[in-house]
Amino acid sequence: MRPILMKGHERPLTFLKYNRDGDLLFSCAKDHNPTVWFADNGERLGTYRGHNGAVWCCDVSRDSTRLITGSADQTAKLWSVQAGTQLYSFNFDSPARAVDFAVGDTLAVITTDPFMELPSAIHVKRIARSPSEQTGESVLIIKGPQGRINRAVWGPLNKTIISAGEDAVIRIWDSETGKMLKESEKETGHKKTITSLSKSADGSHFISGSLDKSAKIWDTRSLALIKTYVTERPVNAVAMSPLLDHVVLGGGQDASAVTTTDHRAGKFEAKFFDKILQEEIGGVKGHFGPINALAFNPDGRSFSSGGEDGYVRLHHFDPDYFNIKI
Amino acid sequence: MADVMSMEEIRETASRLGIDISQVDLDSIRLPPGEDFGIRSDDEDINEEDNLEFDAGFSNIIVVDNLPVVPKEKFDKLEGVVRKIYSQIGGIKEDGLSMPVDPATQKTLGYCFIEYNTPQEAEIAREKTNLYKLDRAHIFAVNVFDDIDKFMKVPDEWAPPETKPYNPGENLQHWLTDEKARDQFVIRAGSDTEVLWNDARHLKPDPVYKRSFWTESFVQWSPLGTYLATVHRQGAAVWGGATSFNRLMRYAHPQVKLIDFSPGERFLVTYSSHEPSNPRDTHRVVLNIFDVRTGKVMRDFKGSADEFAVGGTGGVTGVSWPVFRWGGGKDDKYFARIGKNIISVYETETFTLIDKKSIKVENVMDFNWSPTDPILALFVPELGGGNQPARVSLVQIPSKEELRQKNLFSVSDCKMYWQSNGDYLAVKVDRYTKTKKSTYTGFELFRIKERDIPIEVLELENKNDKIIAFAWEPKGHRFAVVHGDSPRPDISFYSMRSTHNTGRVSKLTTLKGKQANALYWSPTGRFIILAGLKGFNGQLEFYNVDELETMATTEHFMTTDIEWDPTGRYVATSVTSVHEMENGFNIWSFNGKLLYRILKDHFFQFLWRPRPPSFLSPEKEEEIAKNLKRYSKKYEAEDQDVSMLLSEQDREKRKMLKDEWDRWVNEWKKLHEAEKLDRQRMRDGEASDEEEEYEAKEVEVEELLDVLEEVISFDFGQE
Repeated sequence: MRPILMKGHERPLTFLKYNRDGDLLFSCAKDHNPTVWFADNGERLGTYRGHNGAVWCCDVSRDSTRLITGSADQTAKLWSVQAGTQLYSFNFDSPARAVDFAVGDTLAVITTDPFMELPSAIHVKRIARSPSEQTGESVLIIKGPQGRINRAVWGPLNKTIISAGEDAVIRIWDSETGKMLKESEKETGHKKTITSLSKSADGSHFISGSLDKSAKIWDTRSLALIKTYVTERPVNAVAMSPLLDHVVLGGGQDASAVTTTDHRAGKFEAKFFDKILQEEIGGVKGHFGPINALAFNPDGRSFSSGGEDGYVRLHHFDPDYFNIKI
Repeated sequence: MADVMSMEEIRETASRLGIDISQVDLDSIRLPPGEDFGIRSDDEDINEEDNLEFDAGFSNIIVVDNLPVVPKEKFDKLEGVVRKIYSQIGGIKEDGLSMPVDPATQKTLGYCFIEYNTPQEAEIAREKTNLYKLDRAHIFAVNVFDDIDKFMKVPDEWAPPETKPYNPGENLQHWLTDEKARDQFVIRAGSDTEVLWNDARHLKPDPVYKRSFWTESFVQWSPLGTYLATVHRQGAAVWGGATSFNRLMRYAHPQVKLIDFSPGERFLVTYSSHEPSNPRDTHRVVLNIFDVRTGKVMRDFKGSADEFAVGGTGGVTGVSWPVFRWGGGKDDKYFARIGKNIISVYETETFTLIDKKSIKVENVMDFNWSPTDPILALFVPELGGGNQPARVSLVQIPSKEELRQKNLFSVSDCKMYWQSNGDYLAVKVDRYTKTKKSTYTGFELFRIKERDIPIEVLELENKNDKIIAFAWEPKGHRFAVVHGDSPRPDISFYSMRSTHNTGRVSKLTTLKGKQANALYWSPTGRFIILAGLKGFNGQLEFYNVDELETMATTEHFMTTDIEWDPTGRYVATSVTSVHEMENGFNIWSFNGKLLYRILKDHFFQFLWRPRPPSFLSPEKEEEIAKNLKRYSKKYEAEDQDVSMLLSEQDREKRKMLKDEWDRWVNEWKKLHEAEKLDRQRMRDGEASDEEEEYEAKEVEVEELLDVLEEVISFDFGQE
């Protein structure tokens, strides 16, 4: 089907997130306004105004009432999804990068960038039931990895936190004590900055994308490397289909190095791979800048991509897609 | 060696491993003795005796002998003369001239030392003033000080050299005996250089040999494929062997930049250019010609870059490479270079000029050897504002007899193209139009092998078409021309024969509006690739010239290089690191089917290993071609076996992957199930995604978000 072009952001997209029901799509961009769209027809529902810097990441609670966003304005903010009002603002001393709600939505993990001699850090915050009781205190602060932490997500039963970033190492931390439990090995791990990380629907495995032009699937519990997908371009965004055994990689030549000769040179395609055989199935073209964000609808029947070009492209799959055989 | 760790990192690691660092006594750690910690390096160069030439520090001093012996009174005068001669060549150091005096007689000893600022100047001084005649009785004998030592060591009596026992070498052509008749190629990517088989049946390359930092700039096959040459700071080296690549010979030439083999791979020419000490001087150029097998320098050439830069353009800093062009086919009999108004032809028997003198050709611009015969084609441009026409002439070597000459009028430029068998020579002539404002192009076609060498003039139908590319069919009688305007040029094919008359050129066909700017004939002829490089982003058209039909049209995006394998069965298109992206190569069959594709970052070179010419006689080849069906049966059966095996392997591999994946999924399911209750508890009893049953109901809810009452002030004064 023809993709739906959603033009609402004025700056490059940074992150996309569907709510659990798959009817809403949240988008973050380097302009300051996270936006919510109808996931079906791409109509814009509203924006969340209040940030004063690029918004890097967001997560929505299971019941779709709360939205948390992390921004370069050194805050992470809680929003009411419905009303668009700000409920609480966590203030940090450096830009906030990744945010993720835990199972049960009572905890959230927020990472902050290295800034003015401050090292990067992973903060765990308690999320109160009622906004009036919300405090900014951290339950746990983890420090250690060098460079920016680009993504941090919760492991099974909130027992662990998985982080990945500029030092190309994936680490699993104990979410109670903050001790590092596991880290990916040099030989099997990524060689360059890990840009993205996305969990499977049941949280049993996750996929990481890196500028070393590959994406890898790992076991969430043991951090065993399961699959590797190799492509021709740095990978900025990854997603796994919840329905079929497919993974999508997005990326492209760095925006600063994009050639002016031919649009194909940049390879701004969303590449589909067979999850098990690790073979390329196809690609979806369209963006005229690198793809920075990818997300699958929880029903697996549509996906959206956000690019450096400021567009969100919403793709509903054709019936043929569900019969691909290789 | 491991990266150097900072103290902080050590502390961090220690704390992670649970070691109290204050308890560790760093002094108690004993490293194994020796510089290599007892670990032997596998780099053979280190184990070899270091025969580095230590700079004795006297290489900038020369010794001038055979000076007149003068008494003290004339000392100053002689010194003045010597200083005058030698300061012209370079800067003599302060107190750099010393003339020893015999204390007994108070006379000079007849020699002096001169110290220059640089060894290069000393070398030039030696070259230029050795045998300099001061007067009849005093002919200078000049040597570099360092050499004196060497000369002193020469034993007085000649001893016969030891005869070394004969060591049978490896079969250097072993790769030709491959059972599957595969071809090899070498690739260079990043710091690795790799030689691989092209295993087209298995649709993948099969590694032969790999080595990191094998070369410091590039690699090159010798023309018959026997050797692989690498280039290093100290010189060049060749590698080869039956099973692996061993170093066969080294050729010392400091800072070598370029190398070139003679066509029969008997000789290797190396080239270097050296920064002058005085920035106003031109670069100094050194060329060595080595015997490939013995490693002996057969002849060296030294001079300023200007001497080697006459005629021709391009190349390295004004020198057109190769400086020496080899002629006379595979026998490596002659080589020649162009100079100002001369062409110097040397022969390899004695490495001297033929007849001891160069061929004088006023204003010669360019020359080319016939690829098979000792015939030179020369081009001399128009002189005296058109009074003396430009000409192309063919000169037989070693007789230096002119075989044929053709005068050409109002010529702006000429390019010569030999057909690979030396049967034909095509000269592309750019001529001025009458107004002299623009040029048009025509061809002069020489039939070398026919009596009197007839010449035919060929003009394109549209005379104003620009010629973008020209290429002879190897071993054939056809040629292809890309002509017209750049966005969509035309491609024409011509034959040197026509149906009724073998002595007439005929046009076969013209393909209109092709996106191509380069032509690549198969080495066996018949097939050609029309390629659109650079601006055309790598459009490829595989064309059969026998049938005049296109076999395939495809593209390899951003292709920079195209090369046929020596048998004409496969084609490699590669994207080298001229571009940042897409680096790697594709292998195609001759008819344009993509066989496989390999991506490599920082991809620099792809070179097929050449094959020596076949020993089959043309009759035998024809016979094989006739009975191809009989021969092909065996290979077709083999092909089928391989493809069966492949699909079988593929199926198995897939099944294995699927099974493995299923194992993971099952395990995850079990764990997920086990954690189900915990998860529910965390969600206050709510069932998780896949366990819950719910139906979608549409409910419309209206919610009052906010009610604001505002009192709007009203200005009474207005009414």
